[in-house]
Amino acid sequence: MTVVDSPPPASPAAIDAVPLRHPWRWVAAVVIIVLLGLFLYGVATNPSYRWSVFFEYLFNDRILMGVSNTLQLTVYSMVLAIVLGVILAVMRLSANPVFRSVSWVYLWIFRGTPIYVQLTFWGLIPTIYSKIQLGVPFGPSFFQLDLQALSIPFLLATLGLALNEAAYMAEIIRAGISSVPEGQLEASTALGMSWGMAMRRTVLPQAMRVIIPPTGNEVISMLKTTSLVTAVPYTLDLYSIATREIAAREFEPVPLLLVAAAWYLAVTSLLMVGQFYLERYYSRGASRKLTTKQLEALAKAQTTQLGEPHV
Amino acid sequence: MTPMVKAEQVCKSFGALQVLKGITLEVDKGQVLVMVGPSGSGKSTFLRCINHLEQVNAGRLYVDGDLIGYRDRGTKLHEMSPRDAAKQRRDIGMVFQHFNLFPHRTALENIIEAPIHVKRVNKDDAIARGKDLLNQVGLLEKADAYPAQLSGGQAQRVAIARALAMNPKLMLFDEPTSALDPELVGEVLEVMKKLASEGMTMVVVTHEMGFAREVANQLVFMDGGVVVENGPPREVLANPKEERTKAFLSKVL
Repeated sequence: MTVVDSPPPASPAAIDAVPLRHPWRWVAAVVIIVLLGLFLYGVATNPSYRWSVFFEYLFNDRILMGVSNTLQLTVYSMVLAIVLGVILAVMRLSANPVFRSVSWVYLWIFRGTPIYVQLTFWGLIPTIYSKIQLGVPFGPSFFQLDLQALSIPFLLATLGLALNEAAYMAEIIRAGISSVPEGQLEASTALGMSWGMAMRRTVLPQAMRVIIPPTGNEVISMLKTTSLVTAVPYTLDLYSIATREIAAREFEPVPLLLVAAAWYLAVTSLLMVGQFYLERYYSRGASRKLTTKQLEALAKAQTTQLGEPHV
Repeated sequence: MTPMVKAEQVCKSFGALQVLKGITLEVDKGQVLVMVGPSGSGKSTFLRCINHLEQVNAGRLYVDGDLIGYRDRGTKLHEMSPRDAAKQRRDIGMVFQHFNLFPHRTALENIIEAPIHVKRVNKDDAIARGKDLLNQVGLLEKADAYPAQLSGGQAQRVAIARALAMNPKLMLFDEPTSALDPELVGEVLEVMKKLASEGMTMVVVTHEMGFAREVANQLVFMDGGVVVENGPPREVLANPKEERTKAFLSKVL
């Protein structure tokens, strides 16, 4: 075997040019820094902000409990909403006309009425349906649940948020599914997959790339929508505790609003980090760029090829 | 011997538009049928009817003696359930003009997907067979590449390997080289020639007349939803009997 090892042609010197100047960037930066400095100075020195109260309550036990309750409301209702949203989206796209109509009517009602009204309505469920009975219609009942005797505002709040959100998630998921080229379903079908398997193994994983960014939006939006559960009424979420319970007691609305805002902001930032990693996972195969693993394998192959002639 | 494909007066309409107006033909086992004709003549639709991606409206279509898409219960035909239709398709491989590889899976994952999840083949066996198939189409080193990282010719060869992984008794090719750069057509045709020489029964819709002349046992010229001419490729290409065939061939040859 011969090694083609001719010396590389003399390459031209790298260009050493004066970089283009951007004076307006500097001007804009200076103006903004000055304005921001003035604002921060005002915030720090204005006594109305009551920073001492802010720091006193930032890690208060009741506030932390509120954060935990708000997080639980967000997570449970989002998980329920996504599961229900997938079902509704698949129903909407299925060939079964009954499923299609049911899904359409669901979306019509839950997107067509305000979330605040829906939550109030959920709060009234124990009044409207005081008992849940399981049995033969107009016949004997086997099981009976007294709703009024239960204290279930958290459950009702979660359901209220989830059922409303499911309607929006259904549309996001439907858009994601529709964004996958028809040929993908066709190729899966031609390989003998059933419609359900093709959805699960081929279409939905590809739809995820389109579904995740708006879903991240929805999660963040849900975190803040939980402040409406006071309509149920559920009063142990972050917003209710900070602004109604503590602020009303201490007559300090401004610092406690800031406490609530700081926590919402902190949790949102965490969620954004999670979204980043999810997006990266589901974008695999979307780019022609080689992954680190593939680059390593190629480099290795190159060195073994170069090493061969000496053997 | 039962023919692999037997079409009797196959008709297909989309609404008021009649695309197939009674196609009758046969493909014996181990034979290669090439279908040519102007676009819109119904070649692709006929191919898609063979594995029931489209449902036949009239006539009968059999693959290896099995009626496609319907159950024959004496006096009446019953529409086949999706599950039974999926079972029929498992034995029929299909290669598409635009490859339709799964972009979120690597080349090897594309190939082992259906054997593992549809046929319930053991994963290690599926991987071994998948690598063997990749080797046969000359792409073993691309096992871990995603479809977006493959050239068109490579993608189509992976797509052929993916169809072969189900051990089909019949392969359908829907213009497999039409979306490729001219210099990549050869590598795909090479793989198809090899497949034909190994005795695979194939139905190929293509514009590659050279391939038809060299590999096909039977050439069908379709136009306007009917078979205009059907015969050995050299004969049809050299001495077309029908005016429409002559007109078409004069444009493509």
